[in-house]
Amino acid sequence: MSGHSENAEQYWKANLRLIYGSLIIWALVSYGFGILLRPMLSGIAVGGTDLGFWFAQQGSILTFIVLIFFYAWRMNKLDEKFGVGEE
Amino acid sequence: MSQFAINLIFVGGSFLLYIGIAIWARAGSTSDFYVAGGGIHPITNGMAIGADWMSAASFISMAGLIAAGGYANSTFLMGWTGGYVLLAMLLAPYLRKFGKFTVPEFIGDRFYSNKARLVAVICLIVASLTYVIGQMAGAGVAFSRFLEVDSTTGLMIAAVVIFSYSVMGGMKGITYTQVAQYCVLIMAYTIPAVFISLELTGNPIPALGLFSTHIDSGLPILTKLNQVITDLGFNEYTANVDNKLNMVLFTLTLMIGTAGLPHVIIRFFTVPKVADARWSAGWALVFIALLYLTAPAVASMARLNLMTTIYPDGTAAAPIEYDNRPQWVKAWEVTGLITYEDKNQDGRIQLYNDTPAFEETAQSRGWNGNEMEVNRDILVLANPEIANLPGWVIGLIAAGGLAAALSTAAGLLLAISSAVSHDLIKGSINPGITDKGELLAARISMAVAIVVATYLGANPPGFAAQVVALAFGIAAASLFPALMMGIFSKRVNNKGAIAGMLAGLAFTLTYIFVYKGWLFIPGTNNLADIPANWVFGISPLSIGAIGAVVNFTVAFGLSHATEEPPIEIQELVESVRYPRGAGEAQGH
Repeated sequence: MSGHSENAEQYWKANLRLIYGSLIIWALVSYGFGILLRPMLSGIAVGGTDLGFWFAQQGSILTFIVLIFFYAWRMNKLDEKFGVGEE
Repeated sequence: MSQFAINLIFVGGSFLLYIGIAIWARAGSTSDFYVAGGGIHPITNGMAIGADWMSAASFISMAGLIAAGGYANSTFLMGWTGGYVLLAMLLAPYLRKFGKFTVPEFIGDRFYSNKARLVAVICLIVASLTYVIGQMAGAGVAFSRFLEVDSTTGLMIAAVVIFSYSVMGGMKGITYTQVAQYCVLIMAYTIPAVFISLELTGNPIPALGLFSTHIDSGLPILTKLNQVITDLGFNEYTANVDNKLNMVLFTLTLMIGTAGLPHVIIRFFTVPKVADARWSAGWALVFIALLYLTAPAVASMARLNLMTTIYPDGTAAAPIEYDNRPQWVKAWEVTGLITYEDKNQDGRIQLYNDTPAFEETAQSRGWNGNEMEVNRDILVLANPEIANLPGWVIGLIAAGGLAAALSTAAGLLLAISSAVSHDLIKGSINPGITDKGELLAARISMAVAIVVATYLGANPPGFAAQVVALAFGIAAASLFPALMMGIFSKRVNNKGAIAGMLAGLAFTLTYIFVYKGWLFIPGTNNLADIPANWVFGISPLSIGAIGAVVNFTVAFGLSHATEEPPIEIQELVESVRYPRGAGEAQGH
């Protein structure tokens, strides 16, 4: 297996970078906006309550979906670029 | 036609459909039984994962808990969806590349140790069995209502139905029946929600209705709800939470647990390619989100409807008379899940929050304590009845609730049975076992699991969604760290992984049992399960995240103190990181 080649190493690093970036957003919308930062967002009204409530009950879920599809799309590009994809 | 007959038609009809599909796709070889030949499209697989995932906890129980807790219970919504991000990025593609049947098999190979595999089997069984208890509790509630029997009889019926259903089909049967079950459950959940949202807000999309204006009062619906319930001594629905540490840890536990639950991970072995494993996670979350975006709307609207049913002339006026109670209250009284006691002897139903802070108001109104207890697990099922929706909607929600419980229980039983027959018996006790013997062992272990779950489900350690949350804590503390370290670290060795899993599992179980009773047997807990007793305010439901930290710490510490894993294992880790060369899932 070409596991130790430089190419493979760069692919893995690019993957890790993508994961870090995605997980920062993942944590920000749920633990951040949805829970810990809710008081900061309390000034922004959304239908009878505030933005933090919306992130906790709906916004974070919508963000998660976008994150996964973005990750899948980017990774498939990386698979191609580094030539480590299937077939 | 009576409501009972309509329920029977809907429930019976949907069952015939699933059983028909299961027979049509009856498993032949062992490979079919476990992973359905490995050729399932990401969208189909996503839908099946959705059904597998959304259990009695999501369907029956979750909205009821959100209705009762308001913002504080948003944790369930974020926790049970956010885990898919972890799955898609940290586990699914690599485990698919590795290409084995079961989770313990990966752990056994990666940590080059049969002992590690056995420890993984134990973790898997404990987590899955706890999860099944929650399903049994939920299915029991549903059966008891729709067959109009008490809740224990309902539980027994649920056990028989789930067992006979699970032993019939393997994964293939389950994959296609689960697609059917997804369709039934999502319709059952959203149709009543659409009706209710239209009625209350005029908006046909419940997720948007939640933030719209309440037609009767002209106020935003959440503002109206806050008013109504604070008048009755409850906290505001949208109130912020003081104990943020517990809220964060609980959400984290549910997320990590999602990614560590074997019956979900096993789904990613059934897609043809690594790239498809990533897409599958995304599609699964889309299908799950259809329910999860609706659930908070169901929760708030059902709570408002419940209150306006009891207080038809507003919270300042007298509540309804007990003799004039609606039909649904009578129906649920039969199950014992709604109880009424006329404490002030005025023949009316005083439903309020009798805390010391509200006592003065209550006394001035001649109230002598809260008179009606409504079990939170009934809220979703009773929702269409509370809103006076037509009989067929009530029948539909019965079929949907049972679909949710049935599909997840079947997936869990499959994970348990494959761990016992494939990992335990074939992997170590009797490697020479025939295919036929393996299938028989799989079915016997399903039977044992269901008997245990039924016994414990009769006195569950919480509402369905809470029991399920405990299972997530166990999976979070034991399996997830081992899987993640197996992929992302080449340094963690067999000793570290085994000690880590055992430490995480023991730590988490001990903390749970101290508050919930040893082995969940009622009355054997050492401390009452109340916030004042929790260490640092961390509830037993939230401890899994700490257990995961314990697991990681022990595993890294011990691995660095001992030798590196052999070179071929380091190469194995290297190879799972690159999609090229992934074949079909293999037994050995």
